[in-house]
Amino acid sequence: METIKDLLIILISSSLVSNVVLSQFLGLCPFLGVSKKINTAAGMGTAVIFVITLASAVAGLIYKFILVPLDLTYLQTIVFILVIAALVQFVEMFLKKFMPSLYQALGVYLPLITTNCAVLGVALTNVQKNYGILQGIVNGFATAVGFTISIVILAGIREKMEYNDIPESFKGMPIVLVTAGLMAIAFCGFSGLL
Amino acid sequence: MKQGSAVERLKNGIITENPTFVLTLGMCPTLAVTTSAINGLGMGLTTMAVLALSNMFISMLRKVIPDKVRIPAFIVVIASFVTVVELLLKAYIPFLYDALGLYIPLIVVNCIILGRAEAYASKNGVISSLFDGIGMGLGFTVALTIIGAVRELIGAGQLFGYSVMPASYVPCSIFVLAPGAFFVLAALTAIQNKVKIAGEKKGKDMSKIQSGCCSDCMNCSDTLCGQRKEEPDNGNN
Repeated sequence: METIKDLLIILISSSLVSNVVLSQFLGLCPFLGVSKKINTAAGMGTAVIFVITLASAVAGLIYKFILVPLDLTYLQTIVFILVIAALVQFVEMFLKKFMPSLYQALGVYLPLITTNCAVLGVALTNVQKNYGILQGIVNGFATAVGFTISIVILAGIREKMEYNDIPESFKGMPIVLVTAGLMAIAFCGFSGLL
Repeated sequence: MKQGSAVERLKNGIITENPTFVLTLGMCPTLAVTTSAINGLGMGLTTMAVLALSNMFISMLRKVIPDKVRIPAFIVVIASFVTVVELLLKAYIPFLYDALGLYIPLIVVNCIILGRAEAYASKNGVISSLFDGIGMGLGFTVALTIIGAVRELIGAGQLFGYSVMPASYVPCSIFVLAPGAFFVLAALTAIQNKVKIAGEKKGKDMSKIQSGCCSDCMNCSDTLCGQRKEEPDNGNN
């Protein structure tokens, strides 16, 4: 029972309270770059959920069974970034070969994720907080869900905003950042949740 | 000024192609650690150390690294230097290590570093690459310190930890919290847009000013994501 409670707390805190984009600023590039339409934002979100969950599982296993026994934990940054890059490539090849329909939906987003700092960020947080494999996977999944929630909301707002009258110098990025700032204020409200 | 000379490289990094104010690269650390001027300064200098060392090393190895595997090779070089710097900070400047936390290892994925490796160090000599790294790093440091100072001043009424505002000033603490970072960056990009529009009206070439990775990852042709030419907005079905 205790473990389930722990996992639920991780789930809520990583997805809402300390939202990966709006309070930790990880994964800003795709958040701002791929949020013009709800469809693409949702596609990106799905791809991120898929990759981060998988990456936190793989990184967790490698850390526990290779780096810790060999006393090489100081190599974690190098090992994790290479594992993530290789994993994304592998997932892309796998999907292309065996699940073409899923590849059609997620394919274009996968290469974008390699340099997404959220993936590396989650792998490193799992180590810093001493999470076990299962907790790490839940944390990864929750973080990615938080990313998806915020990118879809932002895309929804941007679709509505498209025909609004905006001062010339605020067109484009600035107004999106103001929107993101207001969303961040809203997400601050979740901090009383835990 | 001679192309590629030390002074030219420094000026290029700090002013002409300032990574934050002109190119708008590396936004994650820019927003995350600029809660105070001192944190901004620390992050900037840390990044500069990594950038200068990795630029120098990659330039030395540029004839040895095969073209096809250059990106993974660059990442390994960068990640090694990040690890070195991280361990040094942990040992000698623990307060900065605690303040920057997770964002030190995340220097690996900062697009400025991989961008400079790909765009400059892999094509130029060792000395000019070293100074390119120092120049870009200084430009980044200046930008982060300014942003940190603005946020600290408005959000806490302090500068580098010293109170500078009159006692009657009520700090607007939202500016040191997460939302403030977005608002400061919004103001910054708005100013950038304004300068760009004004410059274009006068017929100057303003193409250097860009919204960087943030507006669209595909524009960031120097980094990994730019290797592919797919357009995410067209691929939604």
